Amino acid sequence: MMQTRNLAILVALLALAILAPFVVYPVFLMKALCFAIFACAFNLLIGYVGLLSFGHAAYFGGSAYIAAHVAKVWGWPIELAILSGVAVAAILGLMFGALAIRRQGIYFAMVTLALAQMVFFLAVQAKFTGGEDGIQAVPRKVLFGFIDISNEFTFYYVVLVIFLAAFALIYRIVHSPFGQVLKAIRENEPRTISLGYRVNHYKLLAFVLSASLAGLAGSTKVFVTQLASLTDVQWQMSGEVVLMTLVGGLGTLFGPVVGAFVVITMQNYLSGFGEWVLVIQGVIFVIVVLSFRRGIVGEIAAWWKARRNGAP
Amino acid sequence: MKLKYGLAGFAGMVLAAGAANAQISDNVIKIGVLNDQSGLYADITGQGSVLAARMAAEDVGKIGNTTVEIVFADHQNKPDVGSTVVRQWIDQDKVDAIADVPTSSVALAVQQITKEKKRLFLMSGPASSDLTGKACSPYGFHFAYDTYMLAIGTGTALTKSGGDTWFFLTADYAFGHALERDAGEAVKAAGGKVVGAVRHPLNTSDFSSFLLQAQNSKAKIIGLANAGGDTINSIKQAAEFGIVAGGQRLAGLLVFVTDVHALGLKTAQGLVVTESFYWDMNDETRKFSKRFFDKHGKQPSMVQAGVYSGVAHYLKAVKAAGTDDPDKVAAEMRKTPVNDFFTKNAAIRADGRIMRDAYLWQVKAPAESKGAWDYYKLVATIPAEQAARPLKDGGCDLVK
Repeated sequence: MMQTRNLAILVALLALAILAPFVVYPVFLMKALCFAIFACAFNLLIGYVGLLSFGHAAYFGGSAYIAAHVAKVWGWPIELAILSGVAVAAILGLMFGALAIRRQGIYFAMVTLALAQMVFFLAVQAKFTGGEDGIQAVPRKVLFGFIDISNEFTFYYVVLVIFLAAFALIYRIVHSPFGQVLKAIRENEPRTISLGYRVNHYKLLAFVLSASLAGLAGSTKVFVTQLASLTDVQWQMSGEVVLMTLVGGLGTLFGPVVGAFVVITMQNYLSGFGEWVLVIQGVIFVIVVLSFRRGIVGEIAAWWKARRNGAP
Repeated sequence: MKLKYGLAGFAGMVLAAGAANAQISDNVIKIGVLNDQSGLYADITGQGSVLAARMAAEDVGKIGNTTVEIVFADHQNKPDVGSTVVRQWIDQDKVDAIADVPTSSVALAVQQITKEKKRLFLMSGPASSDLTGKACSPYGFHFAYDTYMLAIGTGTALTKSGGDTWFFLTADYAFGHALERDAGEAVKAAGGKVVGAVRHPLNTSDFSSFLLQAQNSKAKIIGLANAGGDTINSIKQAAEFGIVAGGQRLAGLLVFVTDVHALGLKTAQGLVVTESFYWDMNDETRKFSKRFFDKHGKQPSMVQAGVYSGVAHYLKAVKAAGTDDPDKVAAEMRKTPVNDFFTKNAAIRADGRIMRDAYLWQVKAPAESKGAWDYYKLVATIPAEQAARPLKDGGCDLVK
C-alpha cells in the first residue's frame, strides 16, 4: 500500500521533471537541481547521522574549481571533469572528516567551518582559481563524445539524470543496513557503540559520501552556469544549504529537494525587489522555523500520517 | 518566468500607430540594467543607474515607432546569479543590451554570455581592465573607468604633483596585488619611489598595525590598494591615527564620491582619488546632476554617469543605423565618437575602451566645502591616451 503510493508519487514527479523545461526556463531548473543534489548531500549528514557540518561549501566550491580548471585549461571532457571534481571532494571529505568526527555538536560544526575557511583562503590566493574573478567561460560541448550539450534543453536532461542517480544513491544509502546504523548513531550513539559498531568508521564513511555528493553538485553546477567563483566556496554557501534543508524538511528524502527549489526560486524571482530580497528571505525563514518546525515536506508527511491514523 | 520589471520602466513611450518598423525586432528595444541593488555597490550603481538609463532613453527620444523599455535586476554580486539573469533576459525576454554590471567577476561572466549570444554589453560598473584586455568582446564596451585608469591616474598625477614617495596598503588578493603593481609602476615611471608596502587580509577590521607601518615609513603618500569596506575602514582608522593631519596624504585607488559622502569630509579630507566624472565639473554636468538629484536625492556617481553615457550612445547608434541588429549597432557605435553631458568626442577603441579623460581630485577640508556634496577640488586632468592602457598591451584578440 505504502509502496504503491510512493511509487505513484515518484512517477508523477518524474513526469513533472521531464515536462518541466517546456514550461520553465531550463537554466533555472538545472541550477535548482544542482542545489537539490547539494542539499540532499548535506541532509545525508545532518538528517540521518545528526552531524551538523557548517563547511559544505568547501566540497561544493572545491570540486567546482577543479572541474572548471580541468575542463577549461586541460581540455578534459565534461564526464572526466565532473569525476575529477567528485574525486577531489571525496579526498577533501576524507581529510576533513577524519579530523572533524573526533568532536561533537558545536565543536564539530566549528571544525568543519574552520577547515572550509581554509579552502576559501586557498581559493582566494591560488593562481588557478582566478581569485575574485573566478574561472569563467568553462566550455560545454559534447558528452561521451557524441551528445551535443551546448544546447540548454539537452543539457537539462543530462543534469536530470545526474540528479536522479544521486538521489537514487542517497535513497539506497538511507534504506540500507548501513543507513540503519547511521540512524542508530543519530538516535543514541553510546548505545550503538555498545552494540559493537565502530561508530567512527560509519561517521567517516557518511561524511565522505556526503562530501562527494556535494562535489558532484558543485562540478555539475560549473557546467550549468559555465563558471566557478568564490561564491561557491564562501561560508554563506554553507549557510544557504542549511537554510534549504531546514525549509524543506530535515531528515526527509524530498525535503532538501523542495527546499532547494524554494530558495533558488526566491533568489531568482525576487531578484528584482532589490534590497528587499534579503528581508523577504529572512521573513520566510523565520516563518518556517516558527511554524513549520519539520520543514515543508516534514509537515506534509506528518499531516498525512496523522490523517491516516485518524481515519477509521 | 518573468523577472521583476520594477516599475516596468519605459522611456520612449512611443506607440504611434503606423507601419511596424521591420528593422527593429518586435518594435521594442529592451535594455537590462544589471547591478547591485542591495549590497556594497548599491550606492554607486543600484537604482541610480536605472534612473540614468531611463534619462538617457528620454533624452535620445523617439526611434521610429519603437518603445524603449528599461528592465533591471539585482545580481547580488554573485556571478552565477548574474549569469542566470542575463541568459534569461536574452533567451526569454528578448533583451537587446545589458548595462552597468558592477563587480568584475559578474561582468566577466556577462561578457562571455553576451559575446556568445551577440548582445550589446554597455559596461559602466566593473573595474577590471581585462574586460577590454584578454576578455574583450566585439559587443562589449567599457564606458566609465577601469583599474588601469585608477592606478595610473592616481600614481602618475600625484607623483608629478610632488607626492614622490609612496607606501602601499594592499588587500592581499589578486585585485589588490594588481592595483599595487600598476600604481607602483606608474609612480616609478613618473620619477617617484615606492618605499614599502604591507599586505592586509581581505575584510580586515583592525588596520592599526598596518597603518603604523605606513606612518613610520615617512612616505608622502599612502596608497590604498584595496576596495569597499576595507578602504572605508582604513580611511576611518587613518583619520583616528592622525595620519593626514600629520602631513601624509592618502590616495584611494578605488574610492567613489558616494564613499566620501558616507565617510564625511572630516574623515575623508585630504584623500586623493581618480574619477572620470564629478557632478560639479561644469554647467552641463551640473544641469544633468540637478535633474538626477531631483529624482534620486543623491548626486550621480561616476558609474551612474557612465550608464547614461553607454545607454545614450547605444540608442543613438540604433537610431542612426535604423536597426537593432547587434553587429550593425556595434559597428555604428565604434564609428561615432561618444558625446554627452560629460563626454566630449571620445573615440571607441577596437578593444571596446571608451577613450575619455580622467581627473585627479582631492577631497576638500570641511572648511572649504560650501555645503552638501561639495567635496572635490581638481588636482590634475589626465588625458585619455594616458588614462587608458596602450592598445597593444591589453592582449585583446580584436586588436590586430
